[in-house]
Amino acid sequence: MATVELKDVKKTYAGGVEAVKGVSIDIPDGQMCVLVGPSGCGKSTLLRMVAGLETITAGDVLIDNNVVNRLGPAERDIAMVFQNYALYPHMKVYDNMAYGLRNRGMPRPEIDQRVREAAATLGLAELLERKPRELSGGQRQRVAMGRAIVRSPKAFLFDEPLSNLDAKLRGQMRIEIKAIQRRFGVTSIYVTHDQVEAMTLADILVVMNAGLAEQIGTPLSIYERPATTFVAGFIGSPSMNLMKAVAQGAKGLQLADGGSVVKPRDTELPQGGREVLLGVRPEHFTLVKDGKNADLELSVTAVETLGADTLAHGRPSGSNGSGGEIIARLPGASRIDEGDVLPLAIDPGLAHLFDAASGQRI
Amino acid sequence: MVENRPFLTFLSHLVLILGLLVVFLPVYIALIASTRGPTEFLSGIVPLLPGDHTIANYRAMLQSGLSTSGAPPLFPMMMNSLIMALAIAIGKIVISIISAYAIVYFRFPFRALAFWAIFVTLMLPVEVRIIPTFEVVANLSMLNSYAGLTIPLIASATATFLFRQFFLTVPEELIEAARVDGAGPIKFFWDILLPLSRTNIAALFVILFIYGWNQYLWPLLITTDTRYYTVVMGIKRMAAYADAEPLWNLVMAAVMLAAIPPVIVIIFMQRLFIKGLVETEK
Ligand SMILES: Nc1ncnc2c1ncn2[C@@H]1O[C@H](COP(=O)(O)OP(=O)(O)OP(=O)(O)O)[C@@H](O)[C@H]1O
Ligand SMILES: [Mg+2]
Repeated sequence: MATVELKDVKKTYAGGVEAVKGVSIDIPDGQMCVLVGPSGCGKSTLLRMVAGLETITAGDVLIDNNVVNRLGPAERDIAMVFQNYALYPHMKVYDNMAYGLRNRGMPRPEIDQRVREAAATLGLAELLERKPRELSGGQRQRVAMGRAIVRSPKAFLFDEPLSNLDAKLRGQMRIEIKAIQRRFGVTSIYVTHDQVEAMTLADILVVMNAGLAEQIGTPLSIYERPATTFVAGFIGSPSMNLMKAVAQGAKGLQLADGGSVVKPRDTELPQGGREVLLGVRPEHFTLVKDGKNADLELSVTAVETLGADTLAHGRPSGSNGSGGEIIARLPGASRIDEGDVLPLAIDPGLAHLFDAASGQRI
Repeated sequence: MVENRPFLTFLSHLVLILGLLVVFLPVYIALIASTRGPTEFLSGIVPLLPGDHTIANYRAMLQSGLSTSGAPPLFPMMMNSLIMALAIAIGKIVISIISAYAIVYFRFPFRALAFWAIFVTLMLPVEVRIIPTFEVVANLSMLNSYAGLTIPLIASATATFLFRQFFLTVPEELIEAARVDGAGPIKFFWDILLPLSRTNIAALFVILFIYGWNQYLWPLLITTDTRYYTVVMGIKRMAAYADAEPLWNLVMAAVMLAAIPPVIVIIFMQRLFIKGLVETEK
């Protein structure tokens, strides 16, 4: 039960690598903050600075409004769940969970009670006498969770805890983690590069890129209003289509690859001559019957049939090929073939415009 | 997989059996010799069947020894060997595991230098530095003492190096988990690193015990007092008995007895060590 606050935290490694270049995040009590971003963007480094496993080059980490920069991991009263579980291989499940409590000198009966309670919550009651190697991946992950829970820490820290599990189990554990975090109401920081995990788990989502937080907000607000082209491309799958275009005043946007002029509805158009990136999520295209209502015609080059949906890959008709491919997610029932030319409308108000040079949202 | 062909099976068994014979024949002959009377070797024909002096030979060795050769009875010598082997094995393991811990997990000035200094001593076993070592031991008046027998042999680069390699394979996450769990350096060493090293310790113990037990040159040099004789050098003295045919039956009884402790150590430790090998997982 605590708040966690990062104030312009920076990390420069001994070798001179600037892994984190100044990140500020405010996590209210009981909320789950998810750090998401591409590999090497500094997520783990940031988390480890909160844990106390890495020194802080500049800035402050506050837990419950106390600066903890100089405290060791145990003194910060946090619990961490690691990617490879990091269970003690020679200890039984029970001892794995009890070890941290014993080190704090907690009396035996209380340790026993806490371990058994946590084990019951996590469905580990039968496994307490086993060694970690006698457990499945999912069970090990639960033990790692149990080790965190029994401590009743001020914060849970997770570093890609599910990346070693298969897809099905990952989905299951994701829900469990969320449920446990909710039940215990523990402030959490969760690192992942899986955007489904990020979207589903986060109360606060932090999209990181190259050592900086590109955008902080609720998952939906980030999905709906990505602040930069990086965030736009990173959150959502398949990623948002970004088309280079030149503003033509009230007429609309001239696609730079020679395609048509596009005029998204309910969208404030920038002044003429400005170079922009027009962003449209694949799911925000609608197939229209009548070519007159179309914003864009897509010459289909490839079709992926997923059942519920069909992904149509292609280019705007008239394109000289210099722009990227466009993907539209259409209902599975719309039978589409390669070579078709699809009249597509952009859903009103769901086009995004970014400055071509800076990548910032306009 | 090797194919299951009868000829191959036959051949591989033949090789194994021949190998076994080569290894076991001398041991068998020693065993037979230790059951025979004193005069039965003078003819030059090596007997292949047990004789009837078994009890007499072994009793003689254990109780009175070969007094003519100036060696004490076997039992005290075996005790000396045991003390020496245990002290060397345990001493080496303790020192090397601690030094490896320091080198791997702590950042201190000249850490690399410390590691290389230890490593370089690998090239200088006792036999190479025997004269200066003797000088030092003599000046410290440790001749004819257990300290003199063991201490110069305890400093060990090999074991330090092996433990270092093992520690480097312990995942970083485990160390961090222990830190988050509030385990300081000593607790981490004691609660986590040491139990994880159990199989390595068992393996090293076997090797080092035998190394210590088989020491010959060093005890020969620094002991003049029969109270500190070890069994391996004692046997050599019995066999090299001047001006007379060695009493092979008694010597061989001594050999057989001297071989028992290392065999026990191997058998006992092997169980632990194979169990460890099968169970190992990090
Ligand atoms: N101990 C270290 N010394 C020097 N540089 C490091 C160290 N650890 C990480 N880095 C560098 O810092 C940057 C950020 O690393 P970090 O581990 O935080 O990335 P990440 O976002 O967690 O990536 P991933 O998703 O691959 O785990 C990387 O460029 C990495 O090479
Ligand atoms: Mg990482």
